[in-house]
Amino acid sequence: MSGPSTYEPKTGIERWLDQRLPVLRMMHDSFVDYPTPRNLNYFWTFGAILMLCLVVQIVTGIVMAMHYTPSITEAFSSIQRLKRDVPFGWLIQNIHATGSSMFFLAVYIHMFRGLYYGSYKAPREVLWILGVVIYLLMMATAFLGYVLPWGQMSFWGATVITNFFSAIPVVGVPVKEWLMGGFAIDNPTLNRFFSLHYLLPFVIFGVVILHVWALHVTGQNNPDGIEVKDKSDTVAFTPYATIKDFFATAVFMIMFAAFVFYLPDALGHPDNYIPADPLKTPPHIVPEWYLLPFYAILRAIDFAIGPISAKLGGLILMVGAIAVLVVLPWLDTSKVRSMRYRPVARQFFLVFVLVCLALGWCGAQSPDKVVWQAGEFSIAGSYAAGAAGEQKLTATGNTLEEVEKTFGKQLAGAIASNGAGTLTKTVVTPFQFKVTQFSQLLTLYYFAFFLLILPILGLRETPGRVPETIAKAIGAKRAAATERGA
Amino acid sequence: MVRGFFIAAVVALAPFAAHAQEARHPHPEHWSFSGPFGTFDQGAVQRGFQVYKEVCAACHTMDHLTYRHLGEKGGPFVASGKWNAASGGWEEIHLGPPHHGGRFVPPTDNPFVRAIAESYEITEVDPTTGEEITRKGRSADRFVSPYSNPYQAKAVHGVAPPDLSVITKARHDGANYVHAILTGYTDAPEGEVAPGGATNLSYNSYFAGGWISMPPQLTPDRVTYSDGTAATPDQMARDVVTFLAWASEPKQIERKKTGMMVLIYLSILAGLLYAAYRQVWRDVKH
Repeated sequence: MSGPSTYEPKTGIERWLDQRLPVLRMMHDSFVDYPTPRNLNYFWTFGAILMLCLVVQIVTGIVMAMHYTPSITEAFSSIQRLKRDVPFGWLIQNIHATGSSMFFLAVYIHMFRGLYYGSYKAPREVLWILGVVIYLLMMATAFLGYVLPWGQMSFWGATVITNFFSAIPVVGVPVKEWLMGGFAIDNPTLNRFFSLHYLLPFVIFGVVILHVWALHVTGQNNPDGIEVKDKSDTVAFTPYATIKDFFATAVFMIMFAAFVFYLPDALGHPDNYIPADPLKTPPHIVPEWYLLPFYAILRAIDFAIGPISAKLGGLILMVGAIAVLVVLPWLDTSKVRSMRYRPVARQFFLVFVLVCLALGWCGAQSPDKVVWQAGEFSIAGSYAAGAAGEQKLTATGNTLEEVEKTFGKQLAGAIASNGAGTLTKTVVTPFQFKVTQFSQLLTLYYFAFFLLILPILGLRETPGRVPETIAKAIGAKRAAATERGA
Repeated sequence: MVRGFFIAAVVALAPFAAHAQEARHPHPEHWSFSGPFGTFDQGAVQRGFQVYKEVCAACHTMDHLTYRHLGEKGGPFVASGKWNAASGGWEEIHLGPPHHGGRFVPPTDNPFVRAIAESYEITEVDPTTGEEITRKGRSADRFVSPYSNPYQAKAVHGVAPPDLSVITKARHDGANYVHAILTGYTDAPEGEVAPGGATNLSYNSYFAGGWISMPPQLTPDRVTYSDGTAATPDQMARDVVTFLAWASEPKQIERKKTGMMVLIYLSILAGLLYAAYRQVWRDVKH
């Protein structure tokens, strides 16, 4: 897409600079005259929104680092000091904490957009893979950052996640101890997590530059998934895309601000307002919402497969869930890029989105929680006490506890009236579909979508008719709209 | 009805263990500070501080608060007065924000805060002699802990009473939860026994597991309010929750007020940008 440069230096200083470092030429060609497909919808504004998120996180993060103390005795109170005593410290901390959620919300929309419109397909494979790398770095940064306030969830989240590394054969335990800087999560862990949390955003920034570079080489994909043929298919980035990005970003900021100013704690866990206590495990250890789907996949495997322990199996699947995205450009065999013209694939995609949301739900639940139960629990017993003979006792209820309670009362009554004796009882447990099984089912679909559905569907489905050019696609859309209107 | 797995068990007489109950959900109360336009009821926060000081502070720390916080803008003992440049001092100082003339008195000059701070004794090491000394508290001091060291809390009570600095944020549905705990003590239901038969636990159905280490505290007239408010258990609980909610986030009123301006600003900005967008794209088919 990067055609010949149209930049013309207007002043002597610009000419002078252009001959020595053509940085203004690069900016002009990338953000002013850059040809943009004219059919882009609002999903294409999330690149700009994500750029805003990254800058906001880095700026607020740098200010927070000026007030934060990475020490297990001081970390929690240094955040409190920031929120109470530093001018606008409460605002900076709220923006940074809420900002991570907004960043992930935007990145998920951005990724699902890429999946739906086939933005990963040739020639944009490298662009897509760089995006996956950014996402991976974001997850690492977010995890490290969540540990820094040194609340209960910080500490126990770090404990659970670093523990999973010990499942790796041979090197697992040394790797875990290397990550923790000792044999448990402690001051060295906090120090290195702080160091890395400060480092990684700049690594992300570097990869973002590569991501944007790759984008400007191949040009943007578009909702119709048709390559740009000539100038009639495009508009100049400025003012067309710029003003649309500004508008969408402003709308996004309204939602962002609503969370920052009115729901600052809605996306966090109350336990993280309790200082970390290594001797007190919280009843439910959960990561932040944006990591929940992967946490569900991690916990879905509760059985060993040959030499692979349940723990290692979960770890392999969680890593695989992201790794599969890297090879996605070669898994999807369809010649048609956009799902706008793939009616069957669209159905599978919709299910995939729901599966990801359901995995997120599973990640937040206790693995033993019963999702669905066929019928009731019941206890049927008979109590034999000497002369009184046999006495039938039955109880039913929705939980084992409830049934045992009712049964216990009956039994106590029988004992009171007949004296000591012997009890024979049969407990009937109905079939229970628990969160773990639900997660397994969802994980199965997650992988099947990439490894089976997309490869097979691309070869077997009959796609709709794809217009030859973007201009024609717009023409067809407008004609349909007029027809509907008439 | 589908019957799934059948498990048969033959048992001899066995006692049925008492099961820990799920904690009850706290009743949603109305609070002066809740909602996007909520502000703190100044009287309630002041009374709440009194309840904290006279009841809670005997066992609970509040590590992240200093006495000067009480006199900051939005704090329970914020004061205003007239600054006399000639004498270099404050005049006509009274409690409350500067509504009718006068200026906000900085917490360091606030006599109400100073009086509260000076009512505490602080033990510290004199840097010139190295000897342990006691002195009167100052506005800049942190809330005095009832314990001389962090281990004492656990040693005295068996379980360390939680720090109250951010308590309404550290529990789900914090304000309602704390109110429910403080007023939710009842006799244990028939057959419910404390774990291990412990006698130092009290029954409270809002507490996870039902048995709580803190005995009931807010008995009628436990404190005497100077403003004549009747010190019923519910009143004291509401007041102290209001104080704790303030303490958990003293800047929350400022936060909500700023938010309103930010939202108005962003909405106008978004409107203007949308108009500009329509204008720019008016002749482009897309």
